[in-house]
Amino acid sequence: MAPLRPQPRFPESDTESFWEATKRHELTYQTCNRCNGVIFYPRRHCTYCGSDDTGWNVSQGLGTVYTFSVIVQSRHPAFKDLGAYAVAYVDLDEGFRIMTNIVGVQDPTTDIQCGMRVKLRWEDQGEGEVSLPMFEPA
Amino acid sequence: MPRDSRIAAIVGINEYPLRVVGPGTNALQIKASCAAKALEDAGFTWQDVDAVYDTGTDQGIGGLGICEYFGFKPKVIDNTSVGGTSYEFHANHAMRMIAQGKCNLALITYGSTAHSDRRAIGTAGATGQGVSNMLNNMEDPWGLTLIGNYAMVKQRHKHQYGTTDEQFAAISVATRRHAMRNPEAVKAMTDLEFVGVREISVEDVLDSRIIAYPLHLLECCMVSDGGGAVLIASPEMARNARKKPVWIIGAGEATKYRENGGDITVSAGAQSAPVAFAEAGVSPSEIDILMAYDSFSITVMCMIEDLGFCTKGEGGDFVSDGKLHFDDPRKPTINTDGGGLSSNHPGARGIFLLMEATRQLRGESTSQVDGAKLAVAVGNGGQLGSRHATGVTVLAAD
Repeated sequence: MAPLRPQPRFPESDTESFWEATKRHELTYQTCNRCNGVIFYPRRHCTYCGSDDTGWNVSQGLGTVYTFSVIVQSRHPAFKDLGAYAVAYVDLDEGFRIMTNIVGVQDPTTDIQCGMRVKLRWEDQGEGEVSLPMFEPA
Repeated sequence: MPRDSRIAAIVGINEYPLRVVGPGTNALQIKASCAAKALEDAGFTWQDVDAVYDTGTDQGIGGLGICEYFGFKPKVIDNTSVGGTSYEFHANHAMRMIAQGKCNLALITYGSTAHSDRRAIGTAGATGQGVSNMLNNMEDPWGLTLIGNYAMVKQRHKHQYGTTDEQFAAISVATRRHAMRNPEAVKAMTDLEFVGVREISVEDVLDSRIIAYPLHLLECCMVSDGGGAVLIASPEMARNARKKPVWIIGAGEATKYRENGGDITVSAGAQSAPVAFAEAGVSPSEIDILMAYDSFSITVMCMIEDLGFCTKGEGGDFVSDGKLHFDDPRKPTINTDGGGLSSNHPGARGIFLLMEATRQLRGESTSQVDGAKLAVAVGNGGQLGSRHATGVTVLAAD
């Protein structure tokens, strides 16, 4: 069995809430209570106005592939024998862009396009562990 | 018209001749060797250096470690470390410090044994080890490699503008042609065991294997050893240098990140280049030599567009009609040393951009462009598809 892919590690005070929510299969993002900016990746302050008055929201998990690459050669032990796999930026309908994997396609080089609609698919990492938010064709 | 004021100049350069140093030579030794030879090139001495610019990542406490190693007690230390373009940042910063009278002879150094250390820079992916922070917690799980990062930009460029693989390949073709004229580049490719040390065609590029779709092997830079040193002097010192000074006449620096709704095809160069060209008083159409950081074909494509050599999205047509070659009368000519694709890329390339631009403006290149008067060095540090810096340095012949 291939070794586990790199996991988020804690304590890490900016992203811990985000990853904790994945255990409930919730994809969360922050908005600023002062300027309404959508903040992502998670952090304590708003990247638009500097305010630390921010709140968490749950995404519907629907979005669009902004761009992607199909990794053919990876020397990482967790990925090197995986075969070609797709890494992408997905723009969620709520206005944030996440790095993720696109799964659930036959051939990632032909079955994924920029602009394609996708939906969330959770990839559990083990009992009591975080779950990875991946996407598949909607 | 380029501005007339002359406030700082490159007066000495040295590129470490080997791309495979083997055991027994470390990065600091490469830096010190290049520093000594650059001083020889300039006609100055070890004691003349009063400012040190180095990323400070090799030993000790940032700039303190490198200065002690050299044996310098400089008035100015600058350890700006923004990846491969750190050296354009250094040159720009040095120009400003010299203009303020804070120093007279600034030394920029770089050294790396990335190849001998067998660092799989492009394909290793994140380790998932080390200090945990926002970025690695959000990005390490997906298996993105460095090459995949740039490939995502190429993919979006193709989608957004209809740019073709053939057009991207033209960049590799021109660069290899220049490399074959540079004996150090030929030795580099030979020592690094390139398959086919020869000129290449668009078909060769497209036939090379995919590393991270849609990037082919021959669109990716090498991983070599190497390094170099650049000396930047005040006008008073420059007039006493052994060779003609190459003046820094414009400078700009900027950063860009993965942002919600951001356009990944637009690099930070779109911010830093207008500043640099305005300061220089020149427009891109006047530039003879474009030294653009060719970590990958897509990097060059974005730089050409974002610096304003053509309209955004029209880089495909711009690069594929032959004008990038040194013997084509049109401007600009790119990467006449053979670039990171085919001559030298030990992990960071910014310093080599300054050096080859200097050779061209001195008339010393192995693919010399007749009468070259203006050059621009544009670096890309970090990773184009996530977070990067773009330093732009505009240079003029004496």
